[in-house]
Amino acid sequence: MIAIIDYGVGNLFSLESSFAKIGEEVTVTSDEKIIRSADRIILPGVGAFGDAAAKLKDSGLGEVLKSEAEKGKPVMGICLGMQLLFEKGYEYGEHEGLGLIPGSVKPISDVVPAGLKIPHMGWNALIFRGEQHPLFKYTKPGDCVYFVHSFHATDCEESVLAVAEYGAMLTAAVARGNVMGCQFHPEKSGDVGLAILKAFCEL
Amino acid sequence: MITKRIIPCLDVRDGRVVKGVNFEGLRDVNSPVELAKYYSSCGADELVFYDITASSDGRRLFTEILCETAKNVFIPLTVGGGINTVADFDRVLKCGADKVSVNSGAIRNPSLVGEAAKLYGDQCVVLSADVKRVGNEFRVFAKGGREDTGLEAISWIRRCVDNGAGEVVLNSIDTDGVKRGFDIEMLAAVCDAVSVPVIASGGAGRISDFIDLFKALPRVDAGLAASIFHFGEVKISDLKKEMEAAGIPSRLV
Repeated sequence: MIAIIDYGVGNLFSLESSFAKIGEEVTVTSDEKIIRSADRIILPGVGAFGDAAAKLKDSGLGEVLKSEAEKGKPVMGICLGMQLLFEKGYEYGEHEGLGLIPGSVKPISDVVPAGLKIPHMGWNALIFRGEQHPLFKYTKPGDCVYFVHSFHATDCEESVLAVAEYGAMLTAAVARGNVMGCQFHPEKSGDVGLAILKAFCEL
Repeated sequence: MITKRIIPCLDVRDGRVVKGVNFEGLRDVNSPVELAKYYSSCGADELVFYDITASSDGRRLFTEILCETAKNVFIPLTVGGGINTVADFDRVLKCGADKVSVNSGAIRNPSLVGEAAKLYGDQCVVLSADVKRVGNEFRVFAKGGREDTGLEAISWIRRCVDNGAGEVVLNSIDTDGVKRGFDIEMLAAVCDAVSVPVIASGGAGRISDFIDLFKALPRVDAGLAASIFHFGEVKISDLKKEMEAAGIPSRLV
């Protein structure tokens, strides 16, 4: 069973539907027991880093996720959920993340040239770094996925699995052992996205 | 690089997809759920699910059909029609919409865009404007294109973007249903005025209309159409191939 952590951030309908579509048992939950009994955990999220980090902390679910990840359970963060896996986020101030992956989350405007619209919104091609990760075993270089974000992970070179080109290279996917993250929305990326979720379920 | 998006619009009335020509003479096309599934699997980059009668008679979207559609669609889904309050945003977002498009609701309640953007983020709020030439200016129309609001369109659109609209759908009433190409002149005026993504709507009749649009106005992010896709006059896969061949970045599936 896959637990999608519900900590009051964003709309989880599509994510839940996506796992149902690929035939996986899925629960949207804020119940610690269910999260601990799940085979895999998804940390979703949209909105601002600081608010979401505070909600994770106040609910205690951040600690639950961390301890499960440290036991070796596959964990995937999506969009803001991926950003929260890092040590720090710099969106409206400096905020502590979960610290499961070394690095920090900064505005893409630091690297994206003037004249390109922000947020980076739309379909962009994945460019893989290093050896192919099992998360992308069904994905080809150049496959497009759907992004909506104004911040991205930096100082995390050794964890980067894929980037996307938008006047600069933006971090698209990361992994450190059993902890993974996608900046893009696999649940909104058509068959390519569903195949990434399937690969996650097979890890 | 970000690809140019191709967006079929499913205008829904009484649970069926319809398309008006100049907003009159509606024709029944197909089931929204079936069309959405089809488009989601065959290369559409996004879908707009729109209740075209909601703003004139206040009818609410059929929540069941929306939910059923969202369960079968794994590409971004924008929902509009009858969005007058923040509660309406909440209702459709809970049914699986990713973005919510406001039109008449923003005209009636100018603070709606700002309130919704604060709650759900700019990326969630799409301003949809039905615009027509009146005298020497572009004028905003309400109630499905039937009522002249007297608002000058460019300043109206700019104000909504300043208030938090993260994207603009510009539907030219002058070219809608005519199938002789998008309204490049009107679109250029909007692109000059705002820095958020602009989606062109109204006037596409064939593949070359999309090529002409993106060549003439590289700042336009997406092209939206309905009947030419629903009736198979333009196949999205063919359109994408021709865009790619013309050097326009597109997502091939």
